[in-house]
Amino acid sequence: MARSVSPVIPGFNLTLGYTLVYLSLIVLIPLAGMLVYAAQLSWQDFYRIISTPQVVSALKLSFGAALVAALVNGVIGTLLAWVIVRYRFPGRKIIDALIDLPFALPTAVAGIALTTLYAPKGLLGQYASDMGIKVAFTPFGIVLALTFVTLPFVVRTIQPVLEDIPRELEEAATCLGANSFQVLRHVLIPALLPAWLTGFTLAFARAVGEYGSVIFIAGNMPGKTEILPFLIMVKLDQYDYLGATAIGVMMLVVSFVFLLLINLLQRYLIKH
Amino acid sequence: MSTLVLSATRQRNLGALTLIGCAWLVFVVFLVLPLYVVLSEAIQQGYASFFTAVLEPDAIAALKLTLIAVGISVPLNVVFGVSAAWCVSKYEFRGKSLLVTLIDLPFSVSPIIAGLIYILLFGAQGFFGEWLAEHDIQIIFAIPGIVLATLFVTVPFVARELIPLMQQQGTQEEEAARLLGASGWQMFWHVTLPNIRWGLTYGVVLCTARALGEFGAVSVVSGHIRGFTNTLPLHVEILYNEYNHVAAFSVATVLLVMALLMLILKQWAQERLEK
Repeated sequence: MARSVSPVIPGFNLTLGYTLVYLSLIVLIPLAGMLVYAAQLSWQDFYRIISTPQVVSALKLSFGAALVAALVNGVIGTLLAWVIVRYRFPGRKIIDALIDLPFALPTAVAGIALTTLYAPKGLLGQYASDMGIKVAFTPFGIVLALTFVTLPFVVRTIQPVLEDIPRELEEAATCLGANSFQVLRHVLIPALLPAWLTGFTLAFARAVGEYGSVIFIAGNMPGKTEILPFLIMVKLDQYDYLGATAIGVMMLVVSFVFLLLINLLQRYLIKH
Repeated sequence: MSTLVLSATRQRNLGALTLIGCAWLVFVVFLVLPLYVVLSEAIQQGYASFFTAVLEPDAIAALKLTLIAVGISVPLNVVFGVSAAWCVSKYEFRGKSLLVTLIDLPFSVSPIIAGLIYILLFGAQGFFGEWLAEHDIQIIFAIPGIVLATLFVTVPFVARELIPLMQQQGTQEEEAARLLGASGWQMFWHVTLPNIRWGLTYGVVLCTARALGEFGAVSVVSGHIRGFTNTLPLHVEILYNEYNHVAAFSVATVLLVMALLMLILKQWAQERLEK
């Protein structure tokens, strides 16, 4: 089955076997178990569970907030990557190193920190409430928390690509009479777009499932600021395993449809 | 002409300054202020209450449990990561890209679902629930469940870092070692491992950071029994929900310090890697 790159490297059966067994035990069989468990439900029951107003509004909120957070990251992530790669300025190394903080910081810590920061009497929340904007315990707060935890994705995926684009390419374009907008449109965007989409997808996928950083700032008001993972948690607390499973399966399916669409878009863009 | 060039450079500088300013603003609002809030809330009533919260028995028990979960899940995922990266990067076989997709799968599954699937397997109403109860084995609401949930969410980290690195390094050095008479293990210890050590360190750091801080998956399977099945992040949640903010932020500070330590290690490994 294996066509080794070179016949003298040993360990194919061992490593492939171990990889498959481990992956099956920890990831694949338990995930498949969830689908088998869900099969106890008839289609009608499944539909009844996932079409309650509470679930539908959580579905919209989860995917909507994740989409907005990924888009916001698409903008500020690109800005950060651009500035770190292209300019030399005081504090550049610190910014570069701390970009990964949201990956390293436990999400529960991020959650309580953001909630305190943006609560109506918090350090930033007081200015927001002076302006009549409520952040904590609203969908806005959820988007904020999701933007925080997924901040590094876009930066880290486009940073290496940006470093590899030769400056001469832009200079050549400028010398040939292109203005900055044309350089952006014809040189930078085509080179960065695939990596940007990868970062966007990673951020989106992570944001959809995120729990720890969101539940504190969300306030979890039924029908208003409940996210899907929180609803699963509620069902589990009520020992409603079937209900939790139905929502879990629906969430996985919708996620994969989204990821598939983004993947197709990415392939289309690379071809054209 | 020269004034035209001058104004163009000035315009460009202005643009650069604006962008740098925006980046600083994002950095301060998004990354520095949350750090500041954690620290300032933790010590707002002085250092004594900080140390009381951090050193109380439940917090120490939570720290121990977190370290147990990290101590089991990280080594297992390191062995898996090296093994997976080896077979993906050194061989061509059918279904390889499917395998890579499956390795990355836990990244796109919600941590809550990661916890849920183990409840469905090992919980009281789960597939093996009755059997486990008869044999008096407890997985859910106990340490094994916490370890399993942590394992699931951290599966891809090491493999993810090693696969591109090992693909880029190719197989020449390993082939040379084999042709000079090295056994498979000698080749691995003396050729492969030194080549991948910084990439491996990088993966281990990311994996450890996530295992230390995992919340959602662990929360589902833990049962929140203080002193027994409470990890450090769960302990933060309990304290916070009891309106004991000073204690919550004090314990959060411990986690924050660990996170910063991980960032420093990561930076160090990355600089070695780039050399």
